[in-house]
Amino acid sequence: MTATLERGLHALKEVIDAPIASYFSSCVHCGLCAEACLFYTETGDPRYTPIHKLEPLRRVYEQEYTLLGRLKKGLGLSKPVTDAELDAWQDLVYDSCTMCGRCSLVCPVGNDIVYMVRKLREGMAASGHVPDGIRNATRRTVEIGGPMGLKWPAVANVIRKVEEATGLKVPVDQAGADYLVLLSSMEIVNYPEYIEALAKIFHKAGISFTVASDAFEATNAGIQIGNSDLAKVIVSRIVDAAERLKVKRVLSPECGHAYMAIRWEGPNLIGRPYAFEVVHVLELLDELRGKGMLKMKSKIKDPLILHDPCQIVRRGGVLQAPEPLIQEVAERYIPIADKQKWNWCCGGGGGASAIHTEEAEALRAKAFQVKKRQIESTGVNTMVTFCANCRIVIEEGFDHYQMDTRLLGLTELLAEHLEE
Amino acid sequence: MDALELLTWARGPGLNIALGIFVLGVVWRLIEIYSLGRRTDLAPARQHAGASGLHTVLRRSVPPPGMLRSSPVSYIGGFVFHIGLALIVFLFAPHILLIRDLTGLSWPALPSQFIDMVTVVTLVAMVVVLVDRINKPAKRFLSTFGDWFTWAVTFLPVLTGWMAVQHLLLPYTLMLALHILSVELLLVVLPFTKLIHAFTLFGSRWYAGRINAHKGVPV
Repeated sequence: MTATLERGLHALKEVIDAPIASYFSSCVHCGLCAEACLFYTETGDPRYTPIHKLEPLRRVYEQEYTLLGRLKKGLGLSKPVTDAELDAWQDLVYDSCTMCGRCSLVCPVGNDIVYMVRKLREGMAASGHVPDGIRNATRRTVEIGGPMGLKWPAVANVIRKVEEATGLKVPVDQAGADYLVLLSSMEIVNYPEYIEALAKIFHKAGISFTVASDAFEATNAGIQIGNSDLAKVIVSRIVDAAERLKVKRVLSPECGHAYMAIRWEGPNLIGRPYAFEVVHVLELLDELRGKGMLKMKSKIKDPLILHDPCQIVRRGGVLQAPEPLIQEVAERYIPIADKQKWNWCCGGGGGASAIHTEEAEALRAKAFQVKKRQIESTGVNTMVTFCANCRIVIEEGFDHYQMDTRLLGLTELLAEHLEE
Repeated sequence: MDALELLTWARGPGLNIALGIFVLGVVWRLIEIYSLGRRTDLAPARQHAGASGLHTVLRRSVPPPGMLRSSPVSYIGGFVFHIGLALIVFLFAPHILLIRDLTGLSWPALPSQFIDMVTVVTLVAMVVVLVDRINKPAKRFLSTFGDWFTWAVTFLPVLTGWMAVQHLLLPYTLMLALHILSVELLLVVLPFTKLIHAFTLFGSRWYAGRINAHKGVPV
């Protein structure tokens, strides 16, 4: 389908609902959302004020759904949304918004700003104003199966290596398993230790699991770009596999946007509830911890802080699991001031990390200063997180600022210290 | 038309027209907004203490952690002038008399010297938030004609009311007529400007609370 301005405006009209109408009507231009956005706090550029990023959507709302706006439009007094404007807005909607949702927590009139950014992206995608990086990731996911273009033989290869390293079987396409394990390409390519960790933990807990050869990828670039039709195609692969294999639960990997896609957006994309339950890996681990099935043989001694990925914690609702889990394995866990739902984004969520223009990369590096400050103010050399995308972005930040901080994945850390 | 005739018009037909536009305008806007509805969330809900629409309606009245320090003028100035306006509008004896004439409802008033003081504090707070709007980059950047205009139409009734009570600048009758006319202007523009937030903020907070509570996040 060719992207056109007409399709874009139509998409924007379609997404406007009562919450959005209420939000735009309530905004008093107080600008407090800017203080919650790392792209504003780290640059001081008022263009990055979250509510401003929604201006094209606001105008479509005003011109199509309010009496005065329709009157003004009829008299030719309103400024129509144009291709040039949407093009100029692209960096505000993608490069400088990771859909972290921190702005939505502070708005005094209660506007859920990130809810609207997600909807605005539908119009941006339909009108063709999306960054090439995210466009290509989406195309690869639809055509090949994953954002990095990874095919099953490569995954099978990684799984074989995991089996060799752990001496444990990783079942593939096994019907009737308790869990269908989903992965993100970034984990498969950059952090295969995550798969080893899972195999160990499942084996130890005596839980059956399987990987599906036609639905291993959990991430959903369709959601990041803002194309619900493609997002539906991508999420349907998982739903089909899970229902065919008759698993009880689908295990979302650490990856934040994958969790958002499969747990919260999925049923709404396919238009019905699932026949299975979706669980984030940390929820499962915390459940095992509660049952006394996650005993550690030792603890990590270094003082460390936790980075709570936005889509899992603030926007995903996995609020309670991370802290008890880190305390299980760390001797000196230091809670930071802005933790849990108040945590600051790594700067590369929502597809932003797939944008590789010079400007976008420079902006990401600037935004990373907020994480740098968190690390420096606590004086630690170790940070733990639980999202493959956060890990990539944070490691890029460490490289950029030549920091010698160590970054660890929570699931692997737990598996490493698991009682034999 | 002399001052007395102006006052008579403002108190009679003027007030009726303004109240009519205000009531119909607010009802129209609320229907226009909330009749759009929203789709049911099909993902299974998660429960969490403190996460609901009502929680968010209440919670957003206090500054979130760290925000008071980063934007003290917005919060303190905002609190002062909103509370000030409410006290002046609903607890000044002449206003209660007007409300009684219109609706039959009545309640005790605050002493007028106290309302005087509240009025001065409210005027000062409104000037302070205006200066803050000019000074703070994000606020200034977002500001449109509507922001300056709504500030003025909110400020004028307070100023003219205070000046009428204090017998400043103009004869009492004329100042009172201007006061009532300025209130009428406020009533007429409220439904069609950002001032409608006086009504929609409850809906907005409720939606945000509800939508996020579905995911188990108290926002």
